[in-house]
Amino acid sequence: MMNRRKLEEQLVKALMIAATLVVSSSLMLILVTIVWKGLPVLTLEMLTKTPEGGYYLGKGGGILNAILGSIVVGLAAIALASLTGLPVALYLNVYLGRRSKMAVAVRFALDTLWGIPSIVYGAFGFTIMVMLGMQASLLAAIITVALLVFPITVRGMDEVLQMVPDDLKEASFALGSTNLETAGRVVMRRAFSGLLTAVLVAFGRGIGDAASVLFTAGFTDSLPHSLFGPVATLPLAIFFQLATPFPEVQARGYASALVLTAIVLAISLACRLLMAGSSRAQSK
Amino acid sequence: MRLRNAKDRFAGGLLNLLCMGVASLLLVMAASLLFRAESVLQMIPLRELLVSTVWSPSQGHFGLASFIIGSLWVTCIAMSIAVPLGMLSAVFVAEYSPQWVNGIAHPVVDVLAGISPVVYGVWGLATIVPLVGDYLMPFLSERFPFFPFASENYTGYSALSGGLVLAVMILPIIVGFSSEVIKAVPLEVREASLSLGATRWETTKWTVLKQAKPGLIAAVILALSRAFGETMAVLMVAGCSLHGTPKSIFDQAYPLPALIANTYGEMMSIPLYDSTILLAAFVLFAVTFAFNAVAWTVLLRVKKRAT
Repeated sequence: MMNRRKLEEQLVKALMIAATLVVSSSLMLILVTIVWKGLPVLTLEMLTKTPEGGYYLGKGGGILNAILGSIVVGLAAIALASLTGLPVALYLNVYLGRRSKMAVAVRFALDTLWGIPSIVYGAFGFTIMVMLGMQASLLAAIITVALLVFPITVRGMDEVLQMVPDDLKEASFALGSTNLETAGRVVMRRAFSGLLTAVLVAFGRGIGDAASVLFTAGFTDSLPHSLFGPVATLPLAIFFQLATPFPEVQARGYASALVLTAIVLAISLACRLLMAGSSRAQSK
Repeated sequence: MRLRNAKDRFAGGLLNLLCMGVASLLLVMAASLLFRAESVLQMIPLRELLVSTVWSPSQGHFGLASFIIGSLWVTCIAMSIAVPLGMLSAVFVAEYSPQWVNGIAHPVVDVLAGISPVVYGVWGLATIVPLVGDYLMPFLSERFPFFPFASENYTGYSALSGGLVLAVMILPIIVGFSSEVIKAVPLEVREASLSLGATRWETTKWTVLKQAKPGLIAAVILALSRAFGETMAVLMVAGCSLHGTPKSIFDQAYPLPALIANTYGEMMSIPLYDSTILLAAFVLFAVTFAFNAVAWTVLLRVKKRAT
Protein backbone atom coordinates (compact mmCIF):
# COMPACT_ATOMS: atom_id res chain seq x y z
CA MET A 1 0.00 0.00 0.00
CA MET A 2 2.70 2.39 1.08
CA ASN A 3 4.75 1.42 -1.92
CA ARG A 4 1.99 2.17 -4.35
CA ARG A 5 1.56 5.65 -2.92
CA LYS A 6 5.27 6.33 -3.10
CA LEU A 7 5.32 4.95 -6.61
CA GLU A 8 2.52 7.27 -7.69
CA GLU A 9 4.36 10.21 -6.15
CA GLN A 10 7.54 9.34 -8.07
CA LEU A 11 5.66 8.71 -11.30
CA VAL A 12 3.78 11.99 -11.24
CA LYS A 13 6.90 13.88 -10.30
CA ALA A 14 8.78 12.36 -13.22
CA LEU A 15 5.92 13.30 -15.54
CA MET A 16 5.95 16.86 -14.28
CA ILE A 17 9.69 17.20 -14.70
CA ALA A 18 9.40 15.81 -18.22
CA ALA A 19 6.61 18.27 -19.06
CA THR A 20 8.59 21.20 -17.66
CA LEU A 21 11.61 20.13 -19.69
CA VAL A 22 9.52 19.95 -22.86
CA VAL A 23 8.04 23.40 -22.23
CA SER A 24 11.36 25.07 -21.48
CA SER A 25 13.20 23.32 -24.28
CA SER A 26 10.56 24.49 -26.74
CA LEU A 27 11.55 28.08 -25.93
CA MET A 28 15.20 27.24 -26.35
CA LEU A 29 14.37 25.47 -29.60
CA ILE A 30 12.62 28.57 -30.96
CA LEU A 31 15.51 30.86 -30.10
CA VAL A 32 18.12 28.38 -31.33
CA THR A 33 16.26 27.84 -34.62
CA ILE A 34 15.90 31.54 -35.30
CA VAL A 35 19.54 32.30 -34.48
CA TRP A 36 20.88 29.24 -36.29
CA LYS A 37 18.90 29.92 -39.45
CA GLY A 38 19.04 33.71 -39.35
CA LEU A 39 22.50 34.66 -38.14
CA PRO A 40 24.53 33.29 -41.09
CA VAL A 41 22.36 35.27 -43.52
CA LEU A 42 22.21 38.48 -41.56
CA THR A 43 24.35 41.18 -43.15
CA LEU A 44 24.91 44.84 -42.48
CA GLU A 45 23.37 45.54 -45.87
CA MET A 46 20.07 44.07 -44.69
CA LEU A 47 19.93 46.41 -41.72
CA THR A 48 21.00 49.59 -43.45
CA LYS A 49 19.43 49.52 -46.92
CA THR A 50 15.95 49.61 -48.32
CA PRO A 51 14.90 46.89 -50.77
CA GLU A 52 16.14 47.39 -54.30
CA GLY A 53 13.95 46.42 -57.23
CA GLY A 54 13.41 42.66 -57.20
CA TYR A 55 14.39 42.25 -53.56
CA TYR A 56 11.66 39.67 -53.15
CA LEU A 57 13.08 37.77 -56.12
CA GLY A 58 16.49 37.53 -54.51
CA LYS A 59 18.13 40.79 -55.60
CA GLY A 60 20.01 43.20 -53.32
CA GLY A 61 18.91 45.57 -50.64
CA GLY A 62 17.72 45.31 -47.06
CA ILE A 63 14.79 45.69 -44.74
CA LEU A 64 15.54 49.09 -43.23
CA ASN A 65 12.14 50.29 -44.48
CA ALA A 66 10.41 47.63 -42.38
CA ILE A 67 12.59 48.07 -39.29
CA LEU A 68 12.09 51.84 -39.27
CA GLY A 69 8.41 51.46 -40.15
CA SER A 70 7.81 49.12 -37.23
CA ILE A 71 9.67 51.38 -34.84
CA VAL A 72 7.75 54.47 -35.97
CA VAL A 73 4.38 52.70 -35.81
CA GLY A 74 5.25 51.13 -32.45
CA LEU A 75 6.54 54.34 -30.86
CA ALA A 76 3.68 56.52 -32.07
CA ALA A 77 1.08 53.92 -31.08
CA ILE A 78 2.52 53.42 -27.62
CA ALA A 79 2.77 57.18 -27.13
CA LEU A 80 -0.91 57.56 -28.03
CA ALA A 81 -1.91 54.64 -25.82
CA SER A 82 0.13 55.83 -22.82
CA LEU A 83 -0.98 59.44 -23.05
CA THR A 84 -4.62 58.40 -22.95
CA GLY A 85 -4.05 55.32 -20.81
CA LEU A 86 -2.07 56.78 -17.94
CA PRO A 87 -4.86 59.17 -16.90
CA VAL A 88 -7.34 56.30 -17.04
CA ALA A 89 -5.13 54.09 -14.86
CA LEU A 90 -4.59 56.92 -12.37
CA TYR A 91 -8.32 57.66 -12.29
CA LEU A 92 -9.09 54.01 -11.53
CA ASN A 93 -6.68 53.97 -8.60
CA VAL A 94 -6.85 57.43 -7.09
CA TYR A 95 -10.28 58.89 -7.82
CA LEU A 96 -12.25 55.65 -7.69
CA GLY A 97 -12.25 53.52 -4.58
CA ARG A 98 -11.61 49.81 -4.38
CA ARG A 99 -15.31 49.01 -4.53
CA SER A 100 -16.29 51.35 -7.35
CA LYS A 101 -18.62 49.81 -9.94
CA MET A 102 -17.17 52.04 -12.63
CA ALA A 103 -13.70 50.67 -11.95
CA VAL A 104 -14.99 47.10 -12.21
CA ALA A 105 -16.68 47.89 -15.53
CA VAL A 106 -13.57 49.54 -16.98
CA ARG A 107 -11.32 46.67 -15.87
CA PHE A 108 -13.74 44.17 -17.37
CA ALA A 109 -13.73 46.05 -20.67
CA LEU A 110 -9.93 46.30 -20.70
CA ASP A 111 -9.37 42.65 -19.85
CA THR A 112 -11.79 41.40 -22.48
CA LEU A 113 -10.35 43.85 -25.03
CA TRP A 114 -6.95 42.36 -24.22
CA GLY A 115 -8.27 38.96 -25.23
CA ILE A 116 -9.74 40.05 -28.56
CA PRO A 117 -7.49 38.71 -31.35
CA SER A 118 -5.37 41.24 -33.19
CA ILE A 119 -6.91 40.33 -36.55
CA VAL A 120 -10.22 41.67 -35.20
CA TYR A 121 -8.46 44.94 -34.36
CA GLY A 122 -7.18 44.91 -37.92
CA ALA A 123 -10.70 44.49 -39.25
CA PHE A 124 -12.01 47.16 -36.88
CA GLY A 125 -9.25 49.54 -37.98
CA PHE A 126 -10.26 48.77 -41.55
CA THR A 127 -13.90 49.76 -40.88
CA ILE A 128 -12.71 53.06 -39.35
CA MET A 129 -10.48 53.62 -42.36
CA VAL A 130 -13.35 53.06 -44.77
CA MET A 131 -15.61 55.27 -42.72
CA LEU A 132 -13.11 58.14 -42.85
CA GLY A 133 -12.33 57.50 -46.49
CA MET A 134 -8.68 56.84 -45.69
CA GLN A 135 -6.19 54.63 -47.52
CA ALA A 136 -3.95 52.08 -45.85
CA SER A 137 -1.39 54.39 -44.29
CA LEU A 138 1.00 55.08 -41.46
CA LEU A 139 -1.73 56.98 -39.62
CA ALA A 140 -4.24 54.13 -39.91
CA ALA A 141 -1.60 51.67 -38.70
CA ILE A 142 -0.75 53.87 -35.72
CA ILE A 143 -4.39 54.18 -34.69
CA THR A 144 -5.01 50.44 -35.01
CA VAL A 145 -1.89 49.43 -33.09
CA ALA A 146 -2.66 52.07 -30.45
CA LEU A 147 -6.07 50.48 -29.95
CA LEU A 148 -4.44 47.05 -29.76
CA VAL A 149 -1.88 48.02 -27.10
CA PHE A 150 -4.22 50.31 -25.15
CA PRO A 151 -5.70 47.59 -22.90
CA ILE A 152 -2.24 46.08 -22.34
CA THR A 153 -0.78 49.44 -21.37
CA VAL A 154 -3.59 50.48 -19.05
CA ARG A 155 -3.96 47.13 -17.30
CA GLY A 156 -0.19 46.92 -16.87
CA MET A 157 -0.15 50.39 -15.34
CA ASP A 158 -3.21 49.55 -13.27
CA GLU A 159 -1.49 46.50 -11.74
CA VAL A 160 1.49 48.65 -10.82
CA LEU A 161 -0.64 51.43 -9.31
CA GLN A 162 -2.60 48.92 -7.23
CA MET A 163 0.69 48.08 -5.53
CA VAL A 164 1.13 51.65 -4.30
CA PRO A 165 0.36 51.48 -0.56
CA ASP A 166 -2.89 53.12 0.56
CA ASP A 167 -0.99 54.84 3.41
CA LEU A 168 0.86 56.91 0.88
CA LYS A 169 -2.35 58.18 -0.71
CA GLU A 170 -3.93 58.75 2.66
CA ALA A 171 -0.93 60.74 3.85
CA SER A 172 -1.21 62.90 0.77
CA PHE A 173 -4.96 63.42 1.26
CA ALA A 174 -4.41 64.22 4.93
CA LEU A 175 -2.09 67.04 3.95
CA GLY A 176 -4.95 68.52 1.96
CA SER A 177 -4.00 67.42 -1.55
CA THR A 178 -6.74 66.92 -4.07
CA ASN A 179 -7.15 63.68 -6.03
CA LEU A 180 -5.42 65.23 -9.00
CA GLU A 181 -2.41 66.36 -6.98
CA THR A 182 -2.14 63.02 -5.25
CA ALA A 183 -2.26 61.22 -8.58
CA GLY A 184 0.30 63.42 -10.28
CA ARG A 185 2.77 64.20 -7.55
CA VAL A 186 2.64 61.20 -5.24
CA VAL A 187 1.26 58.05 -6.83
CA MET A 188 2.77 58.53 -10.27
CA ARG A 189 6.17 59.35 -8.90
CA ARG A 190 6.21 56.36 -6.60
CA ALA A 191 5.22 53.96 -9.39
CA PHE A 192 7.29 55.55 -12.14
CA SER A 193 9.58 52.65 -13.05
CA GLY A 194 6.69 50.21 -12.91
CA LEU A 195 4.68 52.40 -15.26
CA LEU A 196 7.62 52.52 -17.65
CA THR A 197 7.83 48.73 -17.56
CA ALA A 198 4.15 48.47 -18.46
CA VAL A 199 4.74 50.77 -21.42
CA LEU A 200 7.74 48.74 -22.59
CA VAL A 201 5.83 45.45 -22.39
CA ALA A 202 3.04 46.91 -24.49
CA PHE A 203 5.57 48.35 -26.95
CA GLY A 204 7.07 44.89 -27.43
CA ARG A 205 3.65 43.48 -28.15
CA GLY A 206 2.79 46.27 -30.56
CA ILE A 207 5.97 46.06 -32.56
CA GLY A 208 5.65 42.30 -33.05
CA ASP A 209 2.07 42.22 -34.20
CA ALA A 210 1.31 41.63 -37.84
CA ALA A 211 -2.37 40.78 -38.08
CA SER A 212 -3.53 44.23 -36.98
CA VAL A 213 -1.44 46.11 -39.56
CA LEU A 214 -2.17 43.73 -42.40
CA PHE A 215 -5.25 45.70 -43.47
CA THR A 216 -4.23 49.11 -42.27
CA ALA A 217 -0.54 49.76 -42.95
CA GLY A 218 -0.20 48.62 -46.51
CA PHE A 219 3.39 47.93 -47.53
CA THR A 220 6.07 49.88 -49.33
CA ASP A 221 9.71 49.62 -50.25
CA SER A 222 10.53 53.17 -49.24
CA LEU A 223 11.18 54.56 -45.78
CA PRO A 224 8.22 55.97 -43.84
CA HIS A 225 7.87 59.60 -44.88
CA SER A 226 4.24 60.65 -44.67
CA LEU A 227 1.41 59.99 -42.24
CA PHE A 228 -0.90 59.36 -45.16
CA GLY A 229 1.36 57.07 -47.17
CA PRO A 230 1.67 53.32 -46.71
CA VAL A 231 4.32 51.99 -44.36
CA ALA A 232 6.28 48.73 -44.20
CA THR A 233 6.38 46.76 -40.95
CA LEU A 234 8.88 44.13 -39.84
CA PRO A 235 6.47 41.26 -39.07
CA LEU A 236 4.84 41.67 -42.48
CA ALA A 237 8.25 41.84 -44.17
CA ILE A 238 9.10 38.51 -42.52
CA PHE A 239 5.79 37.06 -43.62
CA PHE A 240 6.19 38.18 -47.23
CA GLN A 241 9.78 36.99 -47.49
CA LEU A 242 8.87 33.53 -46.25
CA ALA A 243 5.90 33.38 -48.60
CA THR A 244 8.18 33.62 -51.64
CA PRO A 245 9.34 30.38 -53.29
CA PHE A 246 13.02 31.45 -53.37
CA PRO A 247 15.29 29.89 -50.74
CA GLU A 248 17.60 32.93 -50.58
CA VAL A 249 14.69 35.27 -49.91
CA GLN A 250 13.30 32.87 -47.31
CA ALA A 251 16.72 32.82 -45.65
CA ARG A 252 16.51 36.60 -45.37
CA GLY A 253 13.11 36.08 -43.77
CA TYR A 254 14.81 34.07 -41.04
CA ALA A 255 17.37 36.84 -40.59
CA SER A 256 14.54 39.39 -40.33
CA ALA A 257 12.84 37.20 -37.73
CA LEU A 258 16.12 37.25 -35.80
CA VAL A 259 16.13 41.06 -35.92
CA LEU A 260 12.55 41.24 -34.62
CA THR A 261 13.25 38.72 -31.87
CA ALA A 262 16.39 40.61 -30.85
CA ILE A 263 14.39 43.84 -30.56
CA VAL A 264 11.71 42.15 -28.45
CA LEU A 265 14.28 40.41 -26.24
CA ALA A 266 16.15 43.68 -25.73
CA ILE A 267 12.91 45.32 -24.63
CA SER A 268 12.09 42.54 -22.20
CA LEU A 269 15.65 42.66 -20.83
CA ALA A 270 15.23 46.40 -20.29
CA CYS A 271 12.01 45.65 -18.37
CA ARG A 272 13.81 43.16 -16.11
CA LEU A 273 16.59 45.65 -15.38
CA LEU A 274 14.06 48.39 -14.65
CA MET A 275 12.13 46.18 -12.26
CA ALA A 276 15.28 44.98 -10.52
CA GLY A 277 16.47 48.57 -10.17
CA SER A 278 13.17 49.81 -8.79
CA SER A 279 12.81 47.04 -6.20
CA ARG A 280 16.33 47.79 -4.97
CA ALA A 281 15.53 51.50 -4.75
CA GLN A 282 12.37 50.79 -2.80
CA SER A 283 14.00 48.46 -0.31
CA LYS A 284 16.62 51.04 0.57
CA MET B 1 -7.90 76.76 -2.95
CA ARG B 2 -10.97 77.08 -5.07
CA LEU B 3 -8.91 76.88 -8.22
CA ARG B 4 -7.26 73.68 -7.03
CA ASN B 5 -10.62 72.10 -6.30
CA ALA B 6 -12.03 73.26 -9.61
CA LYS B 7 -9.07 71.76 -11.43
CA ASP B 8 -9.52 68.53 -9.55
CA ARG B 9 -13.20 68.34 -10.35
CA PHE B 10 -12.67 69.26 -13.99
CA ALA B 11 -10.02 66.56 -14.42
CA GLY B 12 -12.26 64.08 -12.64
CA GLY B 13 -15.16 64.79 -14.97
CA LEU B 14 -12.97 64.52 -18.03
CA LEU B 15 -11.48 61.24 -16.86
CA ASN B 16 -14.89 59.89 -16.03
CA LEU B 17 -15.91 60.52 -19.62
CA LEU B 18 -12.71 58.90 -20.87
CA CYS B 19 -13.41 55.82 -18.76
CA MET B 20 -16.92 55.57 -20.16
CA GLY B 21 -15.37 55.77 -23.61
CA VAL B 22 -13.04 52.89 -22.74
CA ALA B 23 -15.90 50.83 -21.34
CA SER B 24 -17.95 51.39 -24.47
CA LEU B 25 -15.10 50.54 -26.84
CA LEU B 26 -16.29 46.94 -26.90
CA LEU B 27 -19.72 48.08 -28.05
CA VAL B 28 -18.25 50.38 -30.67
CA MET B 29 -16.14 47.56 -32.04
CA ALA B 30 -19.03 45.13 -32.20
CA ALA B 31 -21.36 47.72 -33.72
CA SER B 32 -18.99 48.85 -36.46
CA LEU B 33 -18.18 45.28 -37.50
CA LEU B 34 -21.87 44.37 -37.53
CA PHE B 35 -22.73 47.53 -39.42
CA ARG B 36 -20.36 46.55 -42.22
CA ALA B 37 -21.56 42.95 -42.15
CA GLU B 38 -25.17 43.99 -42.54
CA SER B 39 -25.26 44.02 -46.32
CA VAL B 40 -24.42 40.32 -46.56
CA LEU B 41 -26.79 39.48 -43.71
CA GLN B 42 -29.61 41.07 -45.69
CA MET B 43 -28.91 38.90 -48.71
CA ILE B 44 -28.12 35.60 -47.02
CA PRO B 45 -29.54 34.44 -43.69
CA LEU B 46 -27.01 34.12 -40.87
CA ARG B 47 -27.83 30.45 -40.39
CA GLU B 48 -26.86 29.63 -43.93
CA LEU B 49 -23.65 31.63 -43.69
CA LEU B 50 -22.60 29.70 -40.60
CA VAL B 51 -23.76 26.23 -41.72
CA SER B 52 -22.93 26.14 -45.43
CA THR B 53 -19.51 24.86 -46.50
CA VAL B 54 -19.74 26.25 -50.03
CA TRP B 55 -17.22 29.05 -50.46
CA SER B 56 -17.03 30.71 -53.84
CA PRO B 57 -17.23 34.49 -53.51
CA SER B 58 -17.35 35.15 -57.24
CA GLN B 59 -20.60 33.17 -57.46
CA GLY B 60 -22.03 34.69 -54.31
CA HIS B 61 -21.62 31.64 -52.07
CA PHE B 62 -20.27 32.62 -48.68
CA GLY B 63 -20.38 29.55 -46.44
CA LEU B 64 -18.13 30.01 -43.43
CA ALA B 65 -18.63 26.55 -41.96
CA SER B 66 -15.45 24.94 -43.29
CA PHE B 67 -13.38 27.77 -41.84
CA ILE B 68 -15.10 27.49 -38.48
CA ILE B 69 -14.49 23.74 -38.51
CA GLY B 70 -10.86 24.42 -39.51
CA SER B 71 -10.56 26.66 -36.48
CA LEU B 72 -12.01 23.94 -34.27
CA TRP B 73 -9.52 21.39 -35.59
CA VAL B 74 -6.39 23.42 -34.91
CA THR B 75 -7.72 24.69 -31.59
CA CYS B 76 -8.62 21.19 -30.38
CA ILE B 77 -5.23 19.80 -31.40
CA ALA B 78 -3.45 22.69 -29.69
CA MET B 79 -5.50 22.35 -26.51
CA SER B 80 -5.07 18.59 -26.23
CA ILE B 81 -1.30 19.04 -26.40
CA ALA B 82 -0.89 22.23 -24.38
CA VAL B 83 -3.31 21.64 -21.49
CA PRO B 84 -1.75 18.45 -20.07
CA LEU B 85 1.80 19.69 -20.66
CA GLY B 86 1.09 23.15 -19.31
CA MET B 87 -0.81 21.94 -16.24
CA LEU B 88 1.91 19.46 -15.29
CA SER B 89 4.64 22.05 -15.54
CA ALA B 90 2.50 24.65 -13.73
CA VAL B 91 2.09 22.24 -10.80
CA PHE B 92 5.78 21.49 -10.89
CA VAL B 93 6.77 25.15 -10.93
CA ALA B 94 4.30 26.10 -8.19
CA GLU B 95 4.52 23.10 -5.85
CA TYR B 96 7.64 21.05 -6.42
CA SER B 97 10.42 23.03 -7.97
CA PRO B 98 13.40 24.38 -6.06
CA GLN B 99 13.69 28.15 -5.83
CA TRP B 100 16.08 28.52 -8.75
CA VAL B 101 13.68 26.85 -11.20
CA ASN B 102 11.09 29.37 -10.14
CA GLY B 103 13.58 32.15 -10.79
CA ILE B 104 14.11 30.92 -14.34
CA ALA B 105 10.54 29.90 -15.14
CA HIS B 106 9.12 33.39 -14.76
CA PRO B 107 11.36 35.20 -17.24
CA VAL B 108 11.11 32.27 -19.64
CA VAL B 109 7.31 32.40 -19.59
CA ASP B 110 7.39 36.18 -20.03
CA VAL B 111 9.77 36.01 -22.98
CA LEU B 112 7.74 33.25 -24.66
CA ALA B 113 4.60 35.34 -24.25
CA GLY B 114 6.28 38.39 -25.77
CA ILE B 115 7.66 36.81 -28.92
CA SER B 116 5.91 37.90 -32.11
CA PRO B 117 3.35 35.47 -33.57
CA VAL B 118 5.13 35.75 -36.90
CA VAL B 119 8.33 34.47 -35.29
CA TYR B 120 6.40 31.46 -34.00
CA GLY B 121 5.23 30.96 -37.56
CA VAL B 122 8.81 31.17 -38.84
CA TRP B 123 9.88 28.61 -36.28
CA GLY B 124 6.98 26.39 -37.30
CA LEU B 125 8.03 26.59 -40.95
CA ALA B 126 11.61 25.69 -40.09
CA THR B 127 10.93 22.79 -37.73
CA ILE B 128 7.32 21.69 -37.32
CA VAL B 129 6.28 21.57 -40.97
CA PRO B 130 9.23 19.35 -42.05
CA LEU B 131 8.80 17.22 -38.93
CA VAL B 132 5.16 16.58 -39.72
CA GLY B 133 5.62 16.23 -43.47
CA ASP B 134 8.71 14.02 -43.49
CA TYR B 135 8.30 11.88 -40.39
CA LEU B 136 4.99 12.02 -38.50
CA MET B 137 2.66 11.86 -41.46
CA PRO B 138 4.31 9.05 -43.47
CA PHE B 139 4.72 7.05 -40.28
CA LEU B 140 1.24 7.50 -38.83
CA SER B 141 -0.98 7.66 -41.89
CA GLU B 142 0.53 4.47 -43.36
CA ARG B 143 0.36 2.51 -40.16
CA PHE B 144 -3.03 3.78 -39.02
CA PRO B 145 -5.02 4.42 -42.19
CA PHE B 146 -8.22 5.41 -40.41
CA PHE B 147 -10.00 8.39 -38.92
CA PRO B 148 -7.77 11.07 -37.52
CA PHE B 149 -4.67 9.94 -39.43
CA ALA B 150 -5.62 8.93 -42.99
CA SER B 151 -4.96 11.82 -45.38
CA GLU B 152 -4.43 12.60 -49.04
CA ASN B 153 -2.29 15.61 -48.18
CA TYR B 154 1.39 15.05 -48.92
CA THR B 155 2.91 18.22 -47.44
CA GLY B 156 3.65 19.11 -43.85
CA TYR B 157 1.28 22.08 -44.03
CA SER B 158 -1.54 20.65 -41.98
CA ALA B 159 -3.94 21.04 -39.10
CA LEU B 160 -1.44 19.20 -36.94
CA SER B 161 1.35 21.69 -37.74
CA GLY B 162 -0.99 24.57 -36.94
CA GLY B 163 -2.05 22.88 -33.72
CA LEU B 164 1.54 22.19 -32.64
CA VAL B 165 2.67 25.77 -33.21
CA LEU B 166 -0.44 27.06 -31.43
CA ALA B 167 0.24 24.70 -28.53
CA VAL B 168 3.67 26.22 -28.02
CA MET B 169 2.16 29.70 -28.27
CA ILE B 170 -0.47 29.13 -25.59
CA LEU B 171 1.79 27.21 -23.21
CA PRO B 172 3.09 30.40 -21.56
CA ILE B 173 -0.49 31.52 -20.91
CA ILE B 174 -1.44 28.21 -19.32
CA VAL B 175 1.75 27.85 -17.27
CA GLY B 176 1.81 31.51 -16.24
CA PHE B 177 -1.82 31.79 -15.11
CA SER B 178 -2.09 28.31 -13.60
CA SER B 179 1.07 28.54 -11.52
CA GLU B 180 -0.12 31.90 -10.13
CA VAL B 181 -3.50 30.39 -9.26
CA ILE B 182 -1.91 27.37 -7.57
CA LYS B 183 0.52 29.54 -5.62
CA ALA B 184 -2.41 31.59 -4.33
CA VAL B 185 -3.83 28.57 -2.46
CA PRO B 186 -3.08 29.20 1.24
CA LEU B 187 -0.20 27.31 2.80
CA GLU B 188 -2.30 26.00 5.70
CA VAL B 189 -4.31 23.84 3.32
CA ARG B 190 -1.17 21.97 2.36
CA GLU B 191 0.13 21.76 5.90
CA ALA B 192 -3.12 20.24 7.15
CA SER B 193 -3.04 17.58 4.47
CA LEU B 194 0.66 16.81 4.85
CA SER B 195 0.34 16.50 8.62
CA LEU B 196 -2.33 13.84 8.11
CA GLY B 197 0.27 11.75 6.35
CA ALA B 198 -0.62 12.43 2.73
CA THR B 199 2.23 12.42 0.23
CA ARG B 200 3.01 15.59 -1.64
CA TRP B 201 1.17 14.51 -4.77
CA GLU B 202 -1.85 13.40 -2.75
CA THR B 203 -1.87 16.79 -1.08
CA THR B 204 -1.66 18.52 -4.42
CA LYS B 205 -4.27 16.30 -6.03
CA TRP B 206 -6.87 16.25 -3.28
CA THR B 207 -6.55 19.69 -1.71
CA VAL B 208 -4.51 22.22 -3.67
CA LEU B 209 -5.85 21.48 -7.13
CA LYS B 210 -9.37 21.21 -5.78
CA GLN B 211 -9.10 24.72 -4.38
CA ALA B 212 -7.42 26.03 -7.49
CA LYS B 213 -9.90 24.41 -9.90
CA PRO B 214 -11.96 27.47 -10.92
CA GLY B 215 -8.81 29.49 -11.56
CA LEU B 216 -7.32 26.67 -13.60
CA ILE B 217 -10.47 26.45 -15.68
CA ALA B 218 -10.24 30.19 -16.32
CA ALA B 219 -6.62 29.79 -17.45
CA VAL B 220 -7.67 27.09 -19.91
CA ILE B 221 -10.49 29.25 -21.26
CA LEU B 222 -8.11 32.16 -21.81
CA ALA B 223 -5.68 29.90 -23.65
CA LEU B 224 -8.55 28.49 -25.71
CA SER B 225 -9.66 31.94 -26.76
CA ARG B 226 -6.11 32.91 -27.68
CA ALA B 227 -5.69 29.78 -29.79
CA PHE B 228 -9.02 30.37 -31.51
CA GLY B 229 -8.09 33.88 -32.58
CA GLU B 230 -4.42 33.44 -33.42
CA THR B 231 -3.82 34.37 -37.01
CA MET B 232 -0.39 34.77 -38.51
CA ALA B 233 1.41 31.73 -37.14
CA VAL B 234 -1.44 29.43 -38.17
CA LEU B 235 -1.68 31.08 -41.56
CA MET B 236 1.99 30.26 -42.15
CA VAL B 237 1.93 26.57 -41.24
CA ALA B 238 -1.59 25.15 -41.56
CA GLY B 239 -1.76 25.19 -45.35
CA CYS B 240 -4.74 27.50 -45.56
CA SER B 241 -5.93 26.82 -49.07
CA LEU B 242 -9.41 25.87 -50.15
CA HIS B 243 -9.41 22.12 -49.72
CA GLY B 244 -12.76 21.82 -48.03
CA THR B 245 -13.24 20.70 -44.47
CA PRO B 246 -10.32 18.81 -42.90
CA LYS B 247 -11.07 15.19 -42.06
CA SER B 248 -7.71 14.27 -40.60
CA ILE B 249 -5.02 15.91 -38.49
CA PHE B 250 -2.81 15.73 -41.58
CA ASP B 251 -5.26 17.55 -43.86
CA GLN B 252 -4.80 21.22 -44.55
CA ALA B 253 -6.90 23.44 -42.34
CA TYR B 254 -8.11 26.94 -43.12
CA PRO B 255 -9.17 28.59 -39.84
CA LEU B 256 -11.38 31.66 -39.67
CA PRO B 257 -8.68 34.22 -38.67
CA ALA B 258 -6.49 33.02 -41.54
CA LEU B 259 -9.38 33.56 -43.95
CA ILE B 260 -9.69 37.16 -42.79
CA ALA B 261 -5.95 37.76 -43.10
CA ASN B 262 -5.65 36.08 -46.47
CA THR B 263 -8.34 37.99 -48.28
CA TYR B 264 -7.37 41.56 -47.52
CA GLY B 265 -6.14 42.12 -51.05
CA GLU B 266 -9.07 40.85 -53.04
CA MET B 267 -12.06 41.51 -50.86
CA MET B 268 -12.94 44.93 -52.19
CA SER B 269 -13.31 43.72 -55.74
CA ILE B 270 -16.24 41.31 -55.29
CA PRO B 271 -19.62 42.47 -53.96
CA LEU B 272 -20.48 41.27 -50.45
CA TYR B 273 -16.99 39.78 -50.05
CA ASP B 274 -15.74 42.48 -47.67
CA SER B 275 -19.02 42.36 -45.81
CA THR B 276 -18.63 38.60 -45.28
CA ILE B 277 -15.06 39.00 -44.07
CA LEU B 278 -16.18 41.57 -41.51
CA LEU B 279 -18.96 39.21 -40.47
CA ALA B 280 -16.25 36.59 -39.92
CA ALA B 281 -14.37 39.14 -37.81
CA PHE B 282 -17.53 39.73 -35.82
CA VAL B 283 -17.98 36.00 -35.20
CA LEU B 284 -14.38 35.86 -33.98
CA PHE B 285 -15.02 38.88 -31.79
CA ALA B 286 -18.16 37.39 -30.29
CA VAL B 287 -16.58 34.01 -29.54
CA THR B 288 -13.41 35.40 -27.96
CA PHE B 289 -15.39 38.00 -26.03
CA ALA B 290 -17.64 35.31 -24.58
CA PHE B 291 -14.65 33.16 -23.55
CA ASN B 292 -12.87 36.10 -21.95
CA ALA B 293 -15.97 37.33 -20.15
CA VAL B 294 -16.53 33.89 -18.61
CA ALA B 295 -12.89 33.53 -17.58
CA TRP B 296 -12.92 37.04 -16.13
CA THR B 297 -16.01 36.36 -14.03
CA VAL B 298 -14.52 33.14 -12.70
CA LEU B 299 -11.23 34.84 -11.82
CA LEU B 300 -13.02 37.70 -10.12
CA ARG B 301 -14.86 35.25 -7.89
CA VAL B 302 -11.60 33.47 -7.10
CA LYS B 303 -9.97 36.76 -6.15
CA LYS B 304 -12.89 37.75 -3.96
CA ARG B 305 -12.73 34.47 -2.09
CA ALA B 306 -9.00 34.85 -1.60
CA THR B 307 -9.28 38.21 0.11
